[in-house]
Formats: sequence, structure tokens, C-alpha cells
Amino acid sequence: MIPAATRYARATDVDHALELLGGPDAKVIAGGQSLIPVMKLRIARPSLVVDISRLELRGVEERGGAVHIGPLTTWAELADAALPAGLEAISECARGIGDLQVRNLGTIGGSVVHADPASDMPAVLLALGGRLAIRSPEGMRDISLSEVLLGPFTTSLGPQDLVTDVVVPTPAAGSGSAYASVEHPASGFALAGAAALAASGAETVALTGVGATPFVLQGDPRAAIAAAEIFGDRFASEEYRRGLAVVVAERALISARARSRA
Amino acid sequence: MSRALQLVVNGETRSLEIDDRTLLVHALRDELGLTGAHIGCDTSQCGACTVLLDGRAVKSCTVLARQVEDREITTIEGLAPDGGMHPLQKAFVEHHGLQCGFCTPGVILTAADLLSRDDAPSDEAIRHALRGNLCRCTGYQGIVESIRAVGAAS
Repeated sequence: MIPAATRYARATDVDHALELLGGPDAKVIAGGQSLIPVMKLRIARPSLVVDISRLELRGVEERGGAVHIGPLTTWAELADAALPAGLEAISECARGIGDLQVRNLGTIGGSVVHADPASDMPAVLLALGGRLAIRSPEGMRDISLSEVLLGPFTTSLGPQDLVTDVVVPTPAAGSGSAYASVEHPASGFALAGAAALAASGAETVALTGVGATPFVLQGDPRAAIAAAEIFGDRFASEEYRRGLAVVVAERALISARARSRA
Repeated sequence: MSRALQLVVNGETRSLEIDDRTLLVHALRDELGLTGAHIGCDTSQCGACTVLLDGRAVKSCTVLARQVEDREITTIEGLAPDGGMHPLQKAFVEHHGLQCGFCTPGVILTAADLLSRDDAPSDEAIRHALRGNLCRCTGYQGIVESIRAVGAAS
């Protein structure tokens, strides 16, 4: 399969990327592990692909009570990164994404804004209270991930919005977190995935693969799953997926608690 | 519209004229005659098109050729110098790591990436690394044994 005709431009810095993105039907490419497959299927037919993969937006750094993850950080880099205690879910999730080749190129920023309803890391970022820093021609803004994800492959970001930072608050001392999923055996995408953060006095669970977007469970996880809008498809009926959601939420909670000192 | 591009493949700088939309696997096979990168599924699943990019395994059907300008690309043709055999290639012969051979270039390059990070990988690590390479002949046992043998010899 061959993508539809397109033009390619490599951005030299963030301002240059924003300028290039001002053209009609321009699309950002980073690792390309989500975009190129949909370009080959011709679901995406950008007239210009703006390559940001050589910008300095990678790496993991803890400062000011938060962990800053450059959006171009690959899954492989993230899986190997030293993270503060309590953020175990990030490395656990990164190690299991796609396969070795996809982890070598696929980036956290690209995955999050692709907004696949079954992608793994958004659930982890939601459970951990993750936020995105966005640069646009109007300036800089900071937005929570739940406000970005609107629906399947749909975000609140505009064509000239570029993610420049993925920010995760450092959890309180003694916290633990975990990610658990049941995958479709061929695609590797989550039929149901759950991320859990166990801190003293509070537990947060977020699900992926079961609804229009990954989402945080409010209140008791079992009751929230029973009341949630869950979809069914040819791989897993609604009833089966709801059952899986309970299982993965429980598994994530058990390992998050085991990692916490709460 | 074709434009000039330079790729560094197997240590040589090669000049080609390709469309912006050209995928790396097509540039390698159709423009440079390096047909060791196979097209299997063409949907980023099977890993037959795997090549090394700066030493890391990537699926060349899921990379635009222009994205990898000036970076080091290694295909199966360039894994061992001067027409010799790489230790992985020898091990695959000795341990029945292949049958039809279609998936083999991709599997070997994935294994080369794994061994560059972990010189004595456990069977679990080998199987985890092979997740993105489909083989429909061997049942994987021979592949795992071949990679384990190279790890043990290191």
C-alpha cells in the first residue's frame, strides 16, 4: 500500500513547525506509527506532512513536583527511563505497547493525540492526573488530558496546536501505580485496560478500550463500571468487555496497592 | 513529484530520486535493489520488512524514506561485512531457525537489536522481542534457540 501523494517538510524548531502547520490539510508526523498506517489505508490524506521528529522535545525530567516527558520520547526510551516511585504504571505500560519495532519509533505525544480509544498510555496518564502543554501561534497553554480526548480519534486540539510537554504530577510519597490489560491477540490493542494509582487515602482507576475515550472511574470502581457506557464489537461483546473491565481494574488496583506503602 | 534524497545504507551514501510519499521499504527494494527487506502484511503487523535505524529495529513499511535521511540504515544485506555470515545467521542455520526464510531477515535484525541491549537474553525476553515478527513455519522454537545460542556464546 502506498500513501496518497503528499509533500514532506522537516521542521527545524517549534515555531517553524507551527508555521508549516498553517497550510491546508497539514499534519504532524513524529514516529509515524499511527499516522503512516492510516495514510497507507488512505483514511488520512494530508497534503503536507510536517516532520517534527528531530526537534528537541524528548527525554524525561523531574522538576517542580512533576515529571516532564518530552512528547517525542519513544516507548522504548520511556520503558528504560528512571521515574520516581509511584509512577511504575508508566514504564509497565510502555514496555507492553505494540512490539519492539513500534516501541523504537512510536512516541508518547503522537499516541496521545492520535486518540485511539483503545490506546494504553492515555489511561495511565488520566489515572496519574496528566496534563499537556500546548504551543500554538497564540502562545502556550496547559490543559488536562481529559479535556483533550473528546471521542474516537477526536481531540480538542486545533491544526496549529503542538504538544510540547506531557506533565505528570509526582505522586505523594508512598504511592504506587500499575497498568493491566487484556489484549486482542493479533492487534495487541486493549480489549480492556486499566491504570490504577494507590495513594494514602485515595485510589484512582482509569479505563481504556471500553468506551469512546479512555476515562476515569468515579467512586467505587465496580459500581462505576456497572454504570459506565461500554461498547461491544465483533471481538468482545458489551457484556464480555464490562466483565473484562472489572478484571483489569482489579488487577491494576492489586498491583498498585502492593507497590504502595499506604 | 520526485525529489533527490540521500540515504546512508549499509555504510554507503546512496542518492535516489523519489516521491515524498515513498516508504522506506519501497526505496530500499525498488530504488536500491536491496530486496532482503520483505513486504509481508504491509500493515505494520508482520515485521518482514524490519531494518535497523541507528541500530534499532524498525518496520520499513511504516517509515517515510525522507524521515530517515542521513541516519544509519542497516539491511540484512549489510549485517555482516564482506559477504560473510553474522553470528546470528550462522546460529539460524545451526539451530533450524528458519524454514521458508521469508520472515528471517526481519527476525534476525530484530534479534540484533535485542542482543545489542541485552547480550544474554532470557527466553522470555527473546519471545517478548519477537512479538512484532510473524513466522508461520517454525513455530518459533528454532528461532528462540538460535538467538539464545548467540546470547550464550557472547
